[in-house]
Amino acid sequence: MNTSVGIVYAQRAIFDTPLTFRSGAVLPRYELVYETYGTLNADKSNAILVCHALSGHHHVAGHYADAPENVGWWDNMIGPGRPVDTDKFFVIGLNNLGGCHGSTGPSSINPETGKPYGASFPVVTVEDWVESQARLADLLGITQFAAVMGGSLGGMQAMQWSLSHPERVRHVLAIATAPHLTAENIAFNDVARNAILTDPDFHGGDFYQHGVVPTRGLRLARMLGHITYLSDDAMADKFGRSLRAGKLGYNYGIEFEIESYLRYQGDKFAAYFDANTYLLMTKALDYFDPAREFKGSLDKAFAVSRADFLVLSFTTDWRFSPDRSREIVQTLLHNHLNVSYAEIASTHGHDSFLMEHEHYHEVMRVYLDRIAKEFSA
Amino acid sequence: MSAHDPAELAAARPDFAAIAAWIPEGASVLDLGCGDGSLLRHLKETRKVRGYGVEISDENIVACIRNGVNVIQGDLDSGLSGFETLAFDYVILSQTLQATRHTEALVREILRVGSAGIVSFPNFGHWKARLNVLRGHMPVSEELPYQWYDTPNVHLCTLHDFEDFCTKCQVQILERRVMTDGIEVNLLPNLLGSMAVYRFKRAG
Repeated sequence: MNTSVGIVYAQRAIFDTPLTFRSGAVLPRYELVYETYGTLNADKSNAILVCHALSGHHHVAGHYADAPENVGWWDNMIGPGRPVDTDKFFVIGLNNLGGCHGSTGPSSINPETGKPYGASFPVVTVEDWVESQARLADLLGITQFAAVMGGSLGGMQAMQWSLSHPERVRHVLAIATAPHLTAENIAFNDVARNAILTDPDFHGGDFYQHGVVPTRGLRLARMLGHITYLSDDAMADKFGRSLRAGKLGYNYGIEFEIESYLRYQGDKFAAYFDANTYLLMTKALDYFDPAREFKGSLDKAFAVSRADFLVLSFTTDWRFSPDRSREIVQTLLHNHLNVSYAEIASTHGHDSFLMEHEHYHEVMRVYLDRIAKEFSA
Repeated sequence: MSAHDPAELAAARPDFAAIAAWIPEGASVLDLGCGDGSLLRHLKETRKVRGYGVEISDENIVACIRNGVNVIQGDLDSGLSGFETLAFDYVILSQTLQATRHTEALVREILRVGSAGIVSFPNFGHWKARLNVLRGHMPVSEELPYQWYDTPNVHLCTLHDFEDFCTKCQVQILERRVMTDGIEVNLLPNLLGSMAVYRFKRAG
């Protein structure tokens, strides 16, 4: 059997203990929305935390009763009989702090002012997210995760779990990720941020009060990001040089299919995503660098880790290339940690980690079956 | 082999027992071209090694994970640059030497990354192979099951060839075991042995 988890619903956890951020900022009270799939076993040893990437959220699998078309973003990976088998595992997905899907974020009302946080919402780091996630785990009574998993920025959180709370995670599944962003990668993020920051409708982050949204900036940011998540081959295959009208128009309208596609993606994204959340997520990506506190030594940063790792990369992913995953693998080897690494041949670039792919899913399934044997034995 | 039965394993891969006998308990081991991870699993269970395998094939990556061993996908012919100098007690190349392209460079890398190396390979000097060639055909046998047009084996050698190679590359052979059908061969090994296992280190 290989099916969806079916109808799911979101839950909300309220935290009244102040959270101090890496930046020094303090959030006295915050909320996290999350979903769970499967059943937590008696000794609470079968929990898996799924961390989301830049534009992700808590709706990871299944669909809502009143919105069957709203399917979770990693539905092909999670469900009964799927690689993350909900007949065996208890899976948690949450919307990260600073997000725009229900957890406390820049678009939430600050109870102290009665207005949206906007520009005053703290810059959040991967470490801060892990702390907030650990509190959610406490609330659910989970002292140790069977696994923490994620792709891209989600993979960074999964790795950080083994550094911040080595005793609380048995396996880390780090997919299409990196030990830190390269200069080129930060540069892409900076251009995306600049598109938002320079949009006249941004109003320094407090656009909510002006009744406007920096749609143009958000759209450009997403268009740029989207290009970097695809591969040259995938774009060539899907769009090539196809023209919408079948002939050149000698104007600056939307002529090539790729232009039409990117604008559609940009518009769709700008219609629901919060500009401040976008800024915050890209900054968290840029800041992630566990080696920083260890004079650039990633090996020393991982010395505390006790987890077993599965590291996966995709051949056509140039935003988080296989070379970056190999850096992670080397550090794990140097620390004598258990690690398996697979380089998946896929044409979909960085987006590959979200796609249904037979070999990729088989690797995940076999590894997760191994994890399941540890607690069912 | 799906079931991990020690007797079945010993019959299928006689070099495994010889290799395991040389590996001290708790050693760190890198198995290059580790296949489905059977040897690593065997060493993990019988010698409690801290082991890692390197494998290129997708199918074998899945098999290794299923076997519960660490595996890193990579191409041996692009070197072992990801591994630190003297990171392992033993680096093993089991039935893989003959399929490597840059064999000399790889043997040097084995002795950079490991304190000692172990290789096993089919002996091209075995009488059956010689007879095949005398009859005008490339050898096809249990150890060399491929036809000339589909073989992955690009660097086949005899025991003499390998030992000459070690002298040239300043590799000191510590021990050698030669076998046919899993039985030790001591008489005329280069003629009567179908498979050889060597343990070696850097000379000097």
